[in-house]
Order: sequence, then structure tokens, then C-alpha cells
Amino acid sequence: MEIITSMLAGILFATGVYNLLQKQMLRIIIGTALLSHGAHLFILTMGKLKRGKPPILVEGVENYVDPLPQALILTSIVISFGVTSFLLVLAYRASLLNETDNMEELRGSDHE
Amino acid sequence: MSNLAVLPILIPLLAGIFSAFINKKTKMVRIFSILVSIINLIVVSYIGYTIFQNGSIILETGGWKAPYGIVLVADMLSILLVITTNIIAVACIFFARKSLSQQQESFYFYTFFFFLITGVSGAFLTGDLFNLFVFFEVLLMSSYALIVLGGGKIQLRESIKYVLINLFSSILFVTVVSFLYSVVGTVNMAQIAERVQEVEQKGILTTIAILLFFVFATKAAVFPLYYWLPKSYIVPNPVVSALFGALLTKVGIYSILRVFTTIFVYEIDITHQFFLWLAALTMITGVIGALSTNNIKLIISYNIIPAVGFMLMGIGLYTEASISGSIYYLLHDMVVKGTLFLIVGAIVALTGTSDLRKMGGLIHHYPVIGWLFFVASLTLAGIPPFSGFIGKLLLLQEGLAQDQIAIVIIGLITSLLILFSMIRIFIQAFWGEKDDTITPNRVKSRAYAWPIAFLVAFSVFLGVGAEYVYPMVEDISAYLLDPSQYIDSVLKE
Repeated sequence: MEIITSMLAGILFATGVYNLLQKQMLRIIIGTALLSHGAHLFILTMGKLKRGKPPILVEGVENYVDPLPQALILTSIVISFGVTSFLLVLAYRASLLNETDNMEELRGSDHE
Repeated sequence: MSNLAVLPILIPLLAGIFSAFINKKTKMVRIFSILVSIINLIVVSYIGYTIFQNGSIILETGGWKAPYGIVLVADMLSILLVITTNIIAVACIFFARKSLSQQQESFYFYTFFFFLITGVSGAFLTGDLFNLFVFFEVLLMSSYALIVLGGGKIQLRESIKYVLINLFSSILFVTVVSFLYSVVGTVNMAQIAERVQEVEQKGILTTIAILLFFVFATKAAVFPLYYWLPKSYIVPNPVVSALFGALLTKVGIYSILRVFTTIFVYEIDITHQFFLWLAALTMITGVIGALSTNNIKLIISYNIIPAVGFMLMGIGLYTEASISGSIYYLLHDMVVKGTLFLIVGAIVALTGTSDLRKMGGLIHHYPVIGWLFFVASLTLAGIPPFSGFIGKLLLLQEGLAQDQIAIVIIGLITSLLILFSMIRIFIQAFWGEKDDTITPNRVKSRAYAWPIAFLVAFSVFLGVGAEYVYPMVEDISAYLLDPSQYIDSVLKE
């Protein structure tokens, strides 16, 4: 199970990086979203996957899932959600003002 | 008593929230921010005093015992950096009311300013690697908001690049933390340091170390990951540039310093030798950038990069004297970069251009700003008795002692070129014929000069008062090179 999820995370990373290298702004943002999904999946995998066990430690429960990765993911998801929404607004405003969403044209020159 | 450690984070956080509520009343929010910044500076100085008297303050947040909960570790290094951060914050807040337009202030400048300080202080104080990521995000989120403040065409264009590169390195940071978690099973820095020594397969750890270095190097603008920095640092308002130039890259350097003196110290030949080469390349490329342009903002912005090289050199040499050199240089550079960005911001505001070729004779109109700039340039270049000299002297001496002749030569040439790039501004912008058609705006220039003079005074104190500062730095260096002290103070068995 860990191997499958690691591979899935790898695929997400690969597609994320591919999209990140595109010229269209929206694709780049989708790329960052895919990358962060890959990273989150990765955290989950690193805490070892055991099915059907609660992430709690109380008396009587002897088999439990490591709760820390789940806490880390939750934090990280919230952050990447916030950043992505900010990035979408920023990209919208920037493309409106600059009248293009092509990163090649947004390179800028030294003389301005 | 240990609750003191949370105050440098809590005060700006609450101030940020509160200033969002009174945002409409510009005068009130100004006075409020100035008061809070000064109070915060006093509080952190007091905390610093207690730490230097009685040793590190460890706070286990929420009462969770050390390896399980999040710990805040206020040791000598963190608190010294927090104090410097707050000194820069005070100067910036006085400068902000003159340099920002009413409209920019009303777009929650003060709120994000305080959140930035929260993030920076938090990153310095935390003892937990994942929590470091969270504080990085806090300061980055506020920096995103600050960099787009005003929202011009070029500004938005450069902001996108800034946000994307930082977002990418943050995602990488999370991935590396999860890697590390799978190997050592903890995110508490002290416990990681303890367990790293016991791990048998060091290969995977070296990979993680380099990945983590990549993340911090992106924030710190180390070669070859500095390309995003110069242009994105010149687009926002001068106050914001000053905050970024003084604080953000330094958080990256601090993280490298912390992680590579506490955790990854088992294979110094590989990691730290690698740092030395990168340091040399960082110095050269940065200073070449500074010489390549006539835009004074860009010159200052490029000058951040060689400074990062010097600090990295000290970490790479990894001896007591070189680490003290790095720390001294770090303190010096935070102050002097803040100063220079403010001065350049003032010059641009007063002359209306950032092109060096269109300036001249400013010293006749604005003598105070001119001489402040001169002192700051000499400080940056490391002319004795100013503060840049002491850091550089320690670094270069230690480089010679360690037989790293190449990097010493590169360091010396870089210093000379930095001096050249700064004096070029001084000669072209300040010297020259007096232009009588310009009516100097003395009221405005005086308002700009006060916060700058405050920072210059502090910077001069760091140099002339080295007698008082250096023993502290030496203690910190000895403390950093003995990670067991850090580990024991956090995980007191």
C-alpha cells in the first residue's frame, strides 16, 4: 500500500512540475496545487498506512495509527488552500493589468 | 517564567489583529503601531536580558511535554535576532507613515506588518521543524500581502514570480519534513538531533540534509537560487523592501545555521565543504549583479546576495571563530540592509527617479541623508571601525587558518567590489554640481532622516561597541558548536 501511494505521489509531483514549467499562468497554478497534493499524500504515507485503525491513544486501544502526520497534513492543507486562493486572485489581477497571462511576456526588461 | 518566550510572537500577533479593527482611523492606527513596536522592543530586550543572565527559556506550549508538543526555544541566538528584528521594525514603522500613501496604509499595511514580525520572531524562536514551516508560511503570507500593496503593473508581475518560487520551496519543505519524519520519527529539532546520531544509514540523511538546504537556500538567496530576489525586492514600497531585505533572507540563513550546527553535523566533509563553494559563487555573482546596473534600488538589492555568501562561508568553515563571524555578520547585515533600503527609498522619493545617471549634487540639498548613506556604505563594505569589518575579519582570518585560500581571496575581492558599487552611488548621486533648479523638500527629508539615523546609530554601535557585543556572540558560537547543550535544555531528562 505504501508503495502504491508513494508512486501516486511521484506521479503528482511529476505532473505538478510539468505544469509549473508551462507558460500559461493558470496551468502554473494548477501545477502548484498538484505539487501540494503530492506533498500531502507523501506525509500520509510516511506515517505508515494501516487500515481501519483510529489515530488515538487511549487505554484499551493497542493498535493505532500515528496521529502526527494527520495533524501535519491538516495544517499543510489549510496553508496551501489559502496560498492557492491568494495566488488565483493575484494572477487574475496581474493578467488584467498586464493584459497577458503568458509568462514569457511577463519576463520584464532591465530598462524600466 | 517560561511563558516569556511566547511574548515576542503574541504581542505582534494581537497588535496585528487589533490594528485590523481600527484600520479606518489612520491616525489612531499609526500611533497604536508605534506604541506597540516600542513596547515590543522593550519586552524582547528584557527577555534577552533574562536569557543572558539565566540561560535559555524553554516553553512547552499547551503543557505538552517536550518531544510530543511544540516547544519554543528562546536561546541566546534566537533572542538576539528577535531583538534586532524589533529594532528594525521600530525604524520601519516610523518611516512607514512618511513613505506610504494614505491609500496604501488603509490597505491593512500595519496588520500585515505585525504579522510579518510575528512570523519572523516565531521562526527564530521555534524548536520544532514543522512549526518552523508554519512560521515560514506566516511570514510569507504577510510578505505576499505586503509585496502587492499598491498594486502597480510591474509590481504585480514580479509578485507572481516571488509567490511562485516561495510556494514551490514551501511545498518542498513539507516534503522534506515528511522524509525526515519517516527516518527519525519526530519533528522536534532536539530529538531529531539526538536520533540522527543513532541512525545507521547516513546516506538517506545526507540526501535529506541537502534537500533541506535547498529549501532554506531558496529563502536565503544562495547561488544558484537567488535569481528571484533582486527584481522582486525593488518593486514594493521602500519600507516593505527594507523589511524584506533586512529580515526575510536572514530567516533562511538562520535556519541553515540552526539546522547545520544542531542536526546535520555528522558529515562535515560533504555538506560543509559544499557550502564553501556555494558561498564563493554567491559572493561573486551577487556583486557582479550589483555592478551591472544603474538602478540604485537594484544595486542595494543585489548587495544582499554577497552578504549571504559571507554568512554561508562561516557556516561552511565550521569552527568557533567562523561561526561567531557569521553571527556577527548576520546581526550587522540585518541592520545595515534595512538602513540602505530606507535611504535609497528616501532618495527615490525625494528625487523621483531611481536611475543613477539622472542624479547628481544631492549632498548640497540633503547633507544629512548623504552622510548617513556614506556611513552605511562603509559599514556594508566592512571598513574599520564599522560593524561589517568585525564579521569579515573573523571570517577571513579563520579562512586563512583553515587553509581555504581561494575563498579568502574571493571574499576580499568581493568586499572591494561591494565598496566600489556603493561608492559609485555616493559619487554619482551625491557629489557633483549643485542643481539650483531643484527646491529641496527639507521637511520631508528630515522626516526620512530620523528613522535612518536611528538604524545607523545602532549599526555604528555594533562596530564601535564590539567590546560589548562580541563576548555574547562568542558565547553563542560555543553554544551552537556543542549541540548537546541545546538537546539537553529542550529534552531535560
